[in-house]
Amino acid sequence: MWRFAGRRALAAVLVLFAISVMVFLIFFATPGADPAARIAGRNASQETLAQVRASFGFDKPMYMQYGLMMRHLFIDRDLTSFVNRGSQVIPQITQAIPVTLSLVIGAAVIWMVLGIIMGVAATAGRGTAVDPIIMVFGVIGVSLPVYWLGEVVNLITQSRLHDSWFAWVPPLGYAPLSDGVGTWALHLVLPWMTLAVLYAGIYARVLRSEMVGAMNEDYVRMARAKGIGEGRVLIRHALRTSLIVIVSLFGLDFGALIGGAALLTEVVFGLQGVGKLTYDSLQNFDLPVILGCVLYAAFFVVVANFIVDLAYAWLDPRVRHV
Amino acid sequence: MSEPLLEVRNLRVSFRTRTGTVTAVDGISFTVDPGEVVGLVGESGSGKSVSMLTVLRLIDNPNCVIEGEVLFKGNDLLTMSDADLRSIRGREIAMIFQDPMTALTPVYTAGWHISEQIRAHEKVSKKAANDRAIQLLTSVGIPNAESRVNSYPHEFSGGMRQRVVIAMALSCNPSLLIADEPTTALDVTIQAQILELLRDLQSEFGASIVLITHDMGVVSQMANRVMVMYGGRLVEAGSRLDVMREPAHPYTWGLMGSIPPTDGTRAVRLAAIPGAPISPSDSDRDRCLFAPRCTFATDSCRPQPGLIEHRPGHSDACIIPFSERAQRRTEALAPMRART
Repeated sequence: MWRFAGRRALAAVLVLFAISVMVFLIFFATPGADPAARIAGRNASQETLAQVRASFGFDKPMYMQYGLMMRHLFIDRDLTSFVNRGSQVIPQITQAIPVTLSLVIGAAVIWMVLGIIMGVAATAGRGTAVDPIIMVFGVIGVSLPVYWLGEVVNLITQSRLHDSWFAWVPPLGYAPLSDGVGTWALHLVLPWMTLAVLYAGIYARVLRSEMVGAMNEDYVRMARAKGIGEGRVLIRHALRTSLIVIVSLFGLDFGALIGGAALLTEVVFGLQGVGKLTYDSLQNFDLPVILGCVLYAAFFVVVANFIVDLAYAWLDPRVRHV
Repeated sequence: MSEPLLEVRNLRVSFRTRTGTVTAVDGISFTVDPGEVVGLVGESGSGKSVSMLTVLRLIDNPNCVIEGEVLFKGNDLLTMSDADLRSIRGREIAMIFQDPMTALTPVYTAGWHISEQIRAHEKVSKKAANDRAIQLLTSVGIPNAESRVNSYPHEFSGGMRQRVVIAMALSCNPSLLIADEPTTALDVTIQAQILELLRDLQSEFGASIVLITHDMGVVSQMANRVMVMYGGRLVEAGSRLDVMREPAHPYTWGLMGSIPPTDGTRAVRLAAIPGAPISPSDSDRDRCLFAPRCTFATDSCRPQPGLIEHRPGHSDACIIPFSERAQRRTEALAPMRART
């Protein structure tokens, strides 16, 4: 298991390096385009261009440019945006990351718990009304677009019922953990639930179909023949083997959300997260910010996948030797 | 004679389907005595597995209708509460399934599987259960049991996995072991090893065994008593010697005729029973179900002939007078011999 973790960690580092090289090449070595002009932004003056060229070493060979870029990003952390003149890139990203992480991790906890409970309950209630009712709720969850659901939630909690039932709901926006866990959670609880609804529906449906399949497996019949109670058969045998699929799915979804796919939720709830930052910088064509966002997002996606790989190996002994 | 361990009375299992009722088991009755090995023989779809799964109520299809009685040590398994049934499953009656590749939950070790069963029925510590698992694995012939106890199912070969399943089945000293084609998924040499293991364990632990198989060879190696099923009914039952040497029912003749002879010249072609097995959804059941495929069928094969004991301990369901059987049997087996 430890060797497996070590190999995976090494692979993760290599992937990160490869991503940084690819991103660098896409931004700086695309033939027929002047990276300096793109970094300097639209209508840049000649002085700005010269400044950019010097700062990024565009007169030096490619590997020097790569090294210089990484130095700006990770060591000196002084990459500056030329579109928003003088604004530092790294602080913007380090401010956005906790917002997105808080949003996505909280939502992930909710959707995993909810999805697993719904999936197990639906499997246990096969042949009764429980199963179709839960599955209909799942479909409703999947079908509600986040931006619509979020706006409805805001309409109710911030406006229509804000003076009665939802007086406890704070104004939109993010409160850092340093303000206290309670304040932080209070600001995020509605975004969490809004984001979790979609995924809980998907996960419940996937888990149910996996578990119903597992309940027809020989090993479940064997477990019953051993005199194991139905609850234990359901949890320790059927759920345990079905979790493997759920965890793979989780790795993909979680990584994508951390990497900016939570944009719609961030916009609706006024959270200045990575998705929002990337979106704004794309609007302005703010190349250094885009670059920073992509690399930081890649870092978290790779870390999330590393953790999921470990969970996967813990769940399924068959992959440990691969 | 002592009280039978298991007594099945007029067991009938049918499934409601969109196209009508399908009868898988059609009123079978038999007993299993303590310490006995009973072979239940029949081709695919004859209802042999379904009837034994029903004994432990392991069919969870909501469209399944079960009638009759299954008495185990005098208690009816079909009407008893789930909790009582659970204390019998695995402790009193254990089961071995056909495919060892899928019978173990892939994410747990061999030891975990065995301990789970022990701890489901007895209050013992994890350590003690694990120690017993090691002993059991040793007794079913798994080398290095101390380390293999921590191996996962995918780390065992098919034969070794079936040994793990057998160790698990024996972990609570059951008085009845139901083996549902335990060797079908294994190759021939491993098959022989597993049968030998079952035979040794049977003499050591003294459990009764119901051996479900479609292989007459397996039956002849293992069973004290043989029951032959066709179309969900018992067509012949008797001691191994009686059934193997003097099979009474034309269907059994067909089964025996399809075994390659080991003496004399080599058969050019093996005899096969003409026609196809009767479909469980066939609604015309008030007759001998084998009649459409039987060379000796007459109009008197209707209504259904009952299982009649022609001599002590050997019964069959055929209208041919018992005095004529020997001659008819020779006729039935003759064509094959003639072609040799």
